Amino acid sequence: MKHHLTLIAALVAAAALAACGDRTQTLKSGVIADSAAFQGTGKPYAVPGWKQGDKASWEQQVKTRTQNTQNEYLKVN
Amino acid sequence: MARMKFVCDAERCIECNSCVTACKNEHEVPWGVNRRRVVTLNDGIPGERSISVACMHCSDAPCMAVCPVNCFYRTDEGVVLHDKDVCIGCGYCSYACPFGAPQFPAAGHFGVRGKMDKCTFCAGGPEANGSQAEFDKYGRNRLAEGKLPACAEMCSTKALLGGDGDVIADIYRNRVLKRGKGAEVWGWGTAYGSKQAGQPGGAKS
Repeated sequence: MKHHLTLIAALVAAAALAACGDRTQTLKSGVIADSAAFQGTGKPYAVPGWKQGDKASWEQQVKTRTQNTQNEYLKVN
Repeated sequence: MARMKFVCDAERCIECNSCVTACKNEHEVPWGVNRRRVVTLNDGIPGERSISVACMHCSDAPCMAVCPVNCFYRTDEGVVLHDKDVCIGCGYCSYACPFGAPQFPAAGHFGVRGKMDKCTFCAGGPEANGSQAEFDKYGRNRLAEGKLPACAEMCSTKALLGGDGDVIADIYRNRVLKRGKGAEVWGWGTAYGSKQAGQPGGAKS
């Protein structure tokens, strides 16, 4: 009898936990909030030359990087 | 800050597909989904031209207009992004987009159409910048790391330019002036003024 109860308890526990692996499928609605790029990631992988959270320094960094990496006339001519 | 834009210089693109590879590698884009493609016009005929095509982050994006669940949004930098938690995978954006940018993974059974996937200008999505959740759904957020789209930065001939619209327009204009042709294309006068290389003075293109 005790063995059966243990088995039933295990089955109930397995069934109860089955949904824990599911991802939520709730439909969000309304305005979509996203943090701006200049706020950075808060991680140390960002390139140097700007301060995370400082909009002006991010804009300058992006402009400088565009010229340095995509304008080859600055390199060879 | 101007709007972030892509420009592909058809005179330079050599159809190497490094932009496609860079994108797939950077974001771990699944098999069957191509956020960026290289399209060749008049393939095999002398004078063929190739251009790299992805989401162009339209200022007046048709995908945003037709989305029935409003999953699209535009960042302050003009990047058109979407929320996969809101997307229902209907495919209207795919029909509306003139560039064929929206992609739909077909990994499920019976050709089921999953959540839409497209170029994010390497700007991630609505999840926290640089988070694992953001990477899983949208790929890496390079803009938040102070970088630019991997496709443009990896382009071997610098045919594909990506970044602040004002800056890449200057780079492209300077390039056309140096090579002395290209300004004859339709719309050049509207974009850059009429007196440019390869164009009769004062003529409107």
